[in-house]
Order: sequence, then C-alpha cells, then structure tokens
Amino acid sequence: MTGFQTLFYKEVLRFWKVATQTITAPIVTAMLYLLIFGHVLEAHVQVYPGVRYTAFLIPGLVMMSVLQNAFANTSSSLIQSKITGNLVFVLLPPLSHWDLFGAYVLAAVVRGLTVGAGVFIVTAWFAKLTFVAPVWILVFSVLGAAMLATMGLIAGIWAEKFDQLAAFQNFLIMPATFLSGVFYSIHSLPPFWQAVSHINPFFYMIDGFRYGFFGQSDVNPLLSFAIVAVFFAIIARLAIHLLKSGYKLRH
Amino acid sequence: MQQSVAFCVKSQATMAAIQITNVEKSYKSLRALGGVSLSIEEGEFFGLLGPNGAGKTTLISIIAGLSRPDSGSVAIHGYDVARDYREARKRLGVVPQELVFDPFFSVRETLRMQSGYFGLKNNDQWIDEVMHHLDLTNKADANMRSLSGGMKRRVLVAQALVHKPPVIVLDEPTAGVDVELRQTLWKFVSRLNREGHTVVLTTHYLEEAQALCNRIAMLKAGKVVALDSTAALIKRISGSQLIVRLAQGKLPDVLKPLVLHVDELAGGNEFALRVSDYAEIEPILVKLREAGAVIEDMQLQQADLEDVFIQIMEGEK
Repeated sequence: MTGFQTLFYKEVLRFWKVATQTITAPIVTAMLYLLIFGHVLEAHVQVYPGVRYTAFLIPGLVMMSVLQNAFANTSSSLIQSKITGNLVFVLLPPLSHWDLFGAYVLAAVVRGLTVGAGVFIVTAWFAKLTFVAPVWILVFSVLGAAMLATMGLIAGIWAEKFDQLAAFQNFLIMPATFLSGVFYSIHSLPPFWQAVSHINPFFYMIDGFRYGFFGQSDVNPLLSFAIVAVFFAIIARLAIHLLKSGYKLRH
Repeated sequence: MQQSVAFCVKSQATMAAIQITNVEKSYKSLRALGGVSLSIEEGEFFGLLGPNGAGKTTLISIIAGLSRPDSGSVAIHGYDVARDYREARKRLGVVPQELVFDPFFSVRETLRMQSGYFGLKNNDQWIDEVMHHLDLTNKADANMRSLSGGMKRRVLVAQALVHKPPVIVLDEPTAGVDVELRQTLWKFVSRLNREGHTVVLTTHYLEEAQALCNRIAMLKAGKVVALDSTAALIKRISGSQLIVRLAQGKLPDVLKPLVLHVDELAGGNEFALRVSDYAEIEPILVKLREAGAVIEDMQLQQADLEDVFIQIMEGEK
C-alpha cells in the first residue's frame, strides 16, 4: 500500500472500530428529528406542491447527517492525534501534504456517506420518495461531504484544545447547518433571513441535494453546484496550504 | 546550472549521515538553538548530551522535520529535510521522547500501519523480526491501551525501525524504563549499528552514552559546548577521584583546592578530591589525620563521562 492508501485505511478503521458512536448514534439522532418534526409539522407545512413534509424533511436530514459526520471525522481525528501526541506517526513518514489532505478528506467522505446512507435507509420507510435526478443526489452528497471534511481538517489543524473545536462546531457549523433549509424552505423566511441564507454555502448543498429527489428547489441546481464547487476549491486550497506550511503541526 | 551540478557532486562526495548546518531556533523570547553545526558520519553511534532544556529535543525535532528551523539546514544522507523531505524521511527512524500511542489499534496493526505510511508492502517478516528482538511477540495482538509503559516504549522503538532506516535517532529511549528493556534495547540497537546503521542517542544516563557512543556532542543553552570522541572527552579529565566521607572533623583548607565536588546529599561530608597519581593518596590521608578528621568511607574512582559532563557544564556557567 502507498502512504496515502494506508492513512486512508487507518482513518476509515479508526471510525469503524467505534461505529456505535460514529455511525449508529447519528442515525438514531436523525431518526428522532424525523419522528418529532415530522409528527408535529406534517399537518401544517407543505413546502413543494404534492410533496408531504416528511418526504421533504428526509433528504434534508440525510444531507445534514452527511455534512456533520464528515466534519466530525477529520476534526476529531486531528485534534485527538494532536492532543495525545500520536500525530507524529503521520508527520514522521514521507507523506506529502496532498497525501494527508486526500486521505483525511476521503475517509471523512466515506463516513459522511455511510451515515447518510444509514439515515436514508431507516427514514425512507416513513414517506414515499422520488428520485428525479439521482446524479445530483450523488454529486451534492459527495461534494458536500468533501467540503465539510475539509472544514473539519482546517478546524482540527487550527484548534489546540477540544474547547476551541467545540466553539468552531457550535458557533459556525451547527448554525450554518440549521439555517440551510434542512427543516424548511428558505422562501418561508422573512426577507432578511432569506438574504442571509443565500450567503450560506450549506443552503446550496441541501437545496441541490433535495432537487435530486423532487426535481424542485429554491435555486437552480447548476447554480448551487457552481457555488459549492467554488467554495470547496477555495477551502481545499487553504487546507492544502496549511498542511504544506506545517501551520500548527510542525512548529 | 553548472553551479548546481558542481554542488551535487560535492555534496555526494562529502555526504554525512546527518549534516546539521548552523541551525537556529527560537520560541518567542526563548532561544532554543543558537547556531548548531554538526556532522554525524555514516555508521557512527553518536551521543547528544546536555541538561534539560539544552535544546536536544528541539534539534531532534528539526532533524525529523517536526519543527522548522528559523535558519540553517539539516540533511540526511545529503537530502535536505525540508526540500527533499520524502527522501530524507525514508532514511530516518525517530523514537520520540514522549510516550505516545494510538489507542485504536493493536501492536501489530500499529506496526503495519507505520510500515504502510512508508509505502512498504508485505513487510510482515521484518515486523515479526523487530517484535522478536524487542520481546513484543506475545503482545502482538494486544491493544496499545492495555500495554505497560515499558511495552509502549518498545512499540515506539519498533515503529521507528519498520522501514529499516539507515539513520536511527533515539530521544531518551530509556527514560523511566526497567533494566531488562534497556538491555534488550541496547543489544538490538548495537547490532543495528554494527550492521551499518547510524545511531544518534540522547540520554541522561551517562554510563549508557559512555558504553555505547563512539562520539559525543554536549549541548548547553542551545550551543555545542563539546564535540569529540568519547575516549578523548574522558581523557580531558586526567587522573582519578578520591571519594572520602568524613565521620568527624572538617576538610582542612590545604586540601580544598583539590575538591572536584561536594556531595550535598551526604550532608556535605563527602568530597571528591582530584588525584593524578596513587602517590598523592598518602599525603592526603596524612593531612586529614593531622586535621583531626576521621574517615568513614573512602574509594578511588576512575574519571568517567559524568565527571567530564559536570566539568564541562559547570565550566560553561
């Protein structure tokens, strides 16, 4: 195996060995969201004509799980390795910044998609779903997972303690996820919050992903794709630059 | 272009296992390394000694690419650790000082993983051999968390050796470990050295350094204060020491110029006196008797690395 393949394999094995916490738990959480929000709002909300609220909610929950778990994988792996000191095992071998970036991000994408698939399997029974454009489903889930994995990588590199990582997660990732239209269409928001949502890249990921199911969305999926791709390119460049410069890793 | 070719030829011809050139490193206001230059030749067993905070670990971190120097450069077998980091790191095995491990994996998984990071396939035979030499075989499938400190240390050593690096750096590998591991470790590392591996060692056990290292550099406050063969360093202290512990009386003033060291732990009654000849012992005893001092214990010690270390470190105050 090459160094890149080994690191990828190790990162997958790392979350797989604690699958109860890294896979089962987020699936159960998403299921609870569906049961509670679905039950309370089913009779009151209809976002797209002909689409029940529970059906509308499922792709949002799937994508939210994909994003949150992709972020959690890279960020927790890095911060744990930094704090326990075993990051040296990765820093001593001849792994390039590309190897590190590729392996960490790809493993996090695998976790994000695994959890997403799990959430989909357990929630799909609750509503009749359609798959109008499955390619968009795949494109947005992979790209979204890669983007959050990269953000997790940056957070993990930057944070020096769990507290700082928690701040990143609770004050940036969580609000951006919740304000992205997981539970509603942004058209139902007041104009100000609609405008705010439009500068949130998470909104485009979820909107585009949902388009793949229903063929309906707030924004054209091509535009969403372009925005997400550009945003990913920018943060990937930043992450690679940090890895190359050794910022907070090689003192 | 001409210049770079000439440089390559030159660097090949004079290639050291580790070439450290004028390395400087500061952490905020603390100057950890103040222009260190060292050339460690292939096949050497090299000791890097110095008190805590002398800069040994900082220097090793820079050699390993874990830290970046403010200025200066380090090359492993001619490969710059920053510019040609892939080639440099392939040739280097480092045992870090901190007892670190990955709690998710077993010993064998840890070693296979480390081997894979270096791009090695089918390395199980060598992994088994390393585990055998470090007495790890019966712990191969144990989770890292379940191992004792000494066992974790052995795994760290094994991890540094999975890719058979020609240059091995051990940063205080025997700190806080039992005699058995020390002996196992030194037997194995000495064998690797005999087979041609270059070994760089930092330790606070000076008798280990004396027994193992053919050459030693002493570091103090980020500078090399001594660099010589172990034998030449010990020769710097001529003669021996007469250790006398007094039961009664005081050391007479006339003997005070001979005092090398007063053992405060022995209540200030134990003195190490410099003697260059056996003939000097009798007059010392006479002077003690004349001063009314009663000797409780006495022994003659040959000078060793510890004496040299103390002398050099005190001389640099």
